[in-house]
Amino acid sequence: MSGATAQAGRQHGARGHDPYALGHGHGGGGDHEATGHGEGGPASKRIITGYGFWIFLLSDIVMFSGFFAAYAVLAGETAGGPGGRELFELPRVAIETALLLLSSFTCGLGSVATERRSVFWTQIWLLATGLLGVAFLVLEVQEFVQMVAEGAGPQRSAFLSAFFALVGCHGLHVGVGILWLGTMMAQLWVKGFRADILRRLLCFNLFWHALDIIWVALFTIVYLLGSGA
Amino acid sequence: MSDHKRLDGDRNDSAPGDEGVNTHEPLSGVKGYAIGLALASLLTAAAFILPGTGLIWGPAIPAALVVLAIAQMGIHLVFFLHITTGSDNQNNVIALAFGVLIVALVVLGSVWIMNHLHHQLMTPADMMRMMR
Repeated sequence: MSGATAQAGRQHGARGHDPYALGHGHGGGGDHEATGHGEGGPASKRIITGYGFWIFLLSDIVMFSGFFAAYAVLAGETAGGPGGRELFELPRVAIETALLLLSSFTCGLGSVATERRSVFWTQIWLLATGLLGVAFLVLEVQEFVQMVAEGAGPQRSAFLSAFFALVGCHGLHVGVGILWLGTMMAQLWVKGFRADILRRLLCFNLFWHALDIIWVALFTIVYLLGSGA
Repeated sequence: MSDHKRLDGDRNDSAPGDEGVNTHEPLSGVKGYAIGLALASLLTAAAFILPGTGLIWGPAIPAALVVLAIAQMGIHLVFFLHITTGSDNQNNVIALAFGVLIVALVVLGSVWIMNHLHHQLMTPADMMRMMR
């Protein structure tokens, strides 16, 4: 078995990439990104940063679950006011969903461009991601303004309080994400693909994709189920 | 190849979202994102359109929507965040599993308990509505 492993290790070692550490610990030269045992030493800073940020994202999702729970419990408590059926406009939600999904896609293309170390395309895709995010936010603010103008603000009923808290919290995340995106574009412009900039880009990409995952739960539970489909 | 992955206790980790994760798999690079976008669009479109078509039995629509949403989150995790079941990704998957557990406890637990209380604290008007 160990012979086959070493062989496989050499096969990958030729490309300098050895995802399963097959060449590691068998005299295969080690890998500087190996886990904390063997000759490779502890995991690289990029992996530790990515993992730490992943933990943060999961705790952010746990926080959102609190808002989701509150909404699920209070969804029926309209206090005689308007409910989801009267308030929600699905065409707008569909456009918002498409914008955010596309922005997740362009964000992914940006990370591929980063992997290929193309500053130009990384900036282009980051810009596209940001513009789609801004368009999403504009539609959401429009919806909020319209609802408040109709007298369906957060103070109207428990249902609306929970709605504004949940959807507003997601919108706030998108807003912060757009600020972060602008910062990353500027930093990439000035500093180029330094190791720390690459780590920040990795974290930003994770953040943006996580926002889209939360939106999937949000449009399903709040808008599609709420409009009494 | 794949049996060596599991037999070999000595393995690398990969950061979530790392492009390098899928280099040896068909989901790598632009193609992976394109497949993810196509699948996610399909599921989103289904979630928005299916309930209006009458193809799904009315009372089952909420369950169908939840299933579609969970499927789409899976698509996002695999194709966009590169959280896969590869052996270099175990730490990320375990953290995700813990997150899912907490989310399920918070959401399902709240709904369950609050529904229970709701039944016990029913006003006469609610009672009449339930009886009808």
